Amino acid sequence: MQATKTPATPPQGRTMRRVLEGSFTRGQIIGGLIALAVLIALPFIYNKDNLTAWNMKAIFVEPPVLIGTMADAAQYVILAIGLNIVVGFAGLLDLGYAAFFAFGAYTYAFLASGHLAQLTGGKIQIHLSFWLVLFIAAAVSAFFGALLGSPTLRLRGDYLAIVTLGFGEIVPAVFLNLGNIKIGDTSINLTGGVDGISGVDKPGIATFGLGSGICRNLKMNPNPLTGGCRLNNLNPEPYYFLYIGIVVLLVIAVSNMRSSRLGRAWMAIREDEIAAAAMGIDTVKTKLLAFASGAALAGVAGVMFGAKLSLVGPNSFDFNTSVFILCMVILGGIGNIYGVIVGALILYLTQTIFLINLPNALNKLGTDNKIEFLAKTDWSGLKFMIYGIILVVLMIVRPEGLIPSARRKAELRGETGEPRALVAGAAGRGSDEAERANPVATAERESLYDMQTEEQPTERNDR
Amino acid sequence: MDLLVQQLLNGLVKGSIYALIALGYTMVYGIVELINFAHGDIFMLGGFIALAVLGFFGVAISQALNPAGLVQGGILPTILVLLATILLAMLITGLIGVIVERVAYRPLRNAPKLTALISAIGMSFILQNVGQIWHGPAPVPYPEVFANNSFTLFGRVTIGLKDIFVVLICITLMATLQFFIQRTKLGKAMRATAQDYDTSKLMGINVNLTITITFFIGAMLAGAAGLIYGMQVHSMQFVQGYQAGLKAFTAAVLGGIGNIPGAMLGGFLIGLIEAVSDQYISTAWTPVVVFGVLILILTLRPSGLLGQQVPEKA
Repeated sequence: MQATKTPATPPQGRTMRRVLEGSFTRGQIIGGLIALAVLIALPFIYNKDNLTAWNMKAIFVEPPVLIGTMADAAQYVILAIGLNIVVGFAGLLDLGYAAFFAFGAYTYAFLASGHLAQLTGGKIQIHLSFWLVLFIAAAVSAFFGALLGSPTLRLRGDYLAIVTLGFGEIVPAVFLNLGNIKIGDTSINLTGGVDGISGVDKPGIATFGLGSGICRNLKMNPNPLTGGCRLNNLNPEPYYFLYIGIVVLLVIAVSNMRSSRLGRAWMAIREDEIAAAAMGIDTVKTKLLAFASGAALAGVAGVMFGAKLSLVGPNSFDFNTSVFILCMVILGGIGNIYGVIVGALILYLTQTIFLINLPNALNKLGTDNKIEFLAKTDWSGLKFMIYGIILVVLMIVRPEGLIPSARRKAELRGETGEPRALVAGAAGRGSDEAERANPVATAERESLYDMQTEEQPTERNDR
Repeated sequence: MDLLVQQLLNGLVKGSIYALIALGYTMVYGIVELINFAHGDIFMLGGFIALAVLGFFGVAISQALNPAGLVQGGILPTILVLLATILLAMLITGLIGVIVERVAYRPLRNAPKLTALISAIGMSFILQNVGQIWHGPAPVPYPEVFANNSFTLFGRVTIGLKDIFVVLICITLMATLQFFIQRTKLGKAMRATAQDYDTSKLMGINVNLTITITFFIGAMLAGAAGLIYGMQVHSMQFVQGYQAGLKAFTAAVLGGIGNIPGAMLGGFLIGLIEAVSDQYISTAWTPVVVFGVLILILTLRPSGLLGQQVPEKA
């Protein structure tokens, strides 16, 4: 699957060059542009008119459904990139990442829906623009990211994971329970409870003076309030292009972050916190910034979620969502932005398209070819088993993820087949050899920090 | 006051179930540093297996509403049947644990920790689906094994024979486990492997066998918890493993993960906090209270209640 997305513009102008040069190799830029071209072309090639013209049936999924699903997948791509900052770059295992997704979505739902008006009897009417709330929600989520990250600073490894898991459980529960606050005899419904907040605004787009007549041509609704256009759910294509644009911008931003001083500090902390502190890195600040940056991306994804679905409820942000995003990151290749994008797309499309359609496809295959076993079995009951088997098998076959970061690949190659005892002593040697055999890996910026400290437990014993 | 005592008793019973499950998490974590996400689902399957074993002994679900108790002939045969059920169910569940380890975790022994975590999540989906196929999506009613035998203490606090049985079973299992780990050669091997994988290997310990046994024992305890949960709550559903597993894992961390008495303490604590919060705050806020307490305790004691500040393994 072609999925890597990189800059929209080739490095031409001076500023553009400066933005891109430090963080992308030539191969990444070319690959990204090709992937982007494929993605942009997709709705123009795979659509109803073409299918009728070519006299073909839809492959697995109808065109508008595919485009809509891809727009949803874009939210998960952003979530995966954001979680990758926390887990992949800084090495902090976060099992409650969906909480920040929730903050973003609820921020948008409060600031851009009729809910507040309903709550206050029409006294307060807030309908902020989608574009503005993107930044507000990123800031709100980042704030909570740092806030919830702060108790974890003293914790190590899996204790940190369980505290984040705790927050991941608390946040949706609070949003749920705030739907029914009893003060005396009156009960206030602040968050819509289990039903959530519905009727959330669709994103609006300015027409730049072309008049709202153009909206119909672009498959959007005119917005009489602003004179611009408003997206609608009947036509997912505007969402699709809009969200691809946001993903591209965020990929550029996060790539730059990764090669910045801050990004290198994250990776130093991931490798060895004590050594990093000794080198003058402020570990507290760096860790909090990792939580905040990751959360900010989740906030953006939350706004996109609310804007696309028009409904924000507490059930979309439970532990399963956190685990789902974590799977995307690890399966795609932890630490590698392109890996996690691929991981997010594969897992999201597997769950929403492949597994949904597989039962019917298998039954049909059985009927067509007269294989009773295929035709008669109720495969829909086996969806989760198939999903689980995919996860287990993929991990066993590719423990380093689909597109691993060069570092991790090198580490694993040094380790394969050897028991841990020997690896601990020989880790440096093993991966040095691997890197010599793989010059591309060595060229990667990451290996600047290749100290191979992950396998040296002795220094940590003193703590 | 009576109400508080009653809730504390309920919490104790609930907590003993969490404690049993938490032991499996903590043992596995102590030895291979893996959060065994499939463990909760092994607990769920344990409940279903125990149900099947009960059926094998002639206790059918259809008799669930029989007020006279299910086994003819009074309390003693009932207890004998239950003990046999628990042993058989534990054995089968233990074997499932071993199979899970063999299929999903052993190939990843040398892989990064997070890789095994995802494999565990995948295994959890698979086991959940097995439970769903076996007994369908709806909650499965559990037979009322004991008739409504209960005692009244101090006037108004009631405690059922069932509750006493549950707590006794839990305490027996935990005591046996503690004896096994502290006093037997295999237990010593387990402790050694948990402390230093590589050195234990050099000392001639069969590390693979030790890990297999750890998974076996952990899953056995989860199986026992499955039966007890079914008896207590009167139903088992394929998603229950996820719910209870999350709480039990929390309990294990609260007590200090890798620490066996810690897991027991954590389990009882979570059960008690839940019961008190259900009564005095509201059931809707209970998860918030439980995890809030967890975060507070971990902020003050970063390695759990009984955990020592141990170094992370490589």
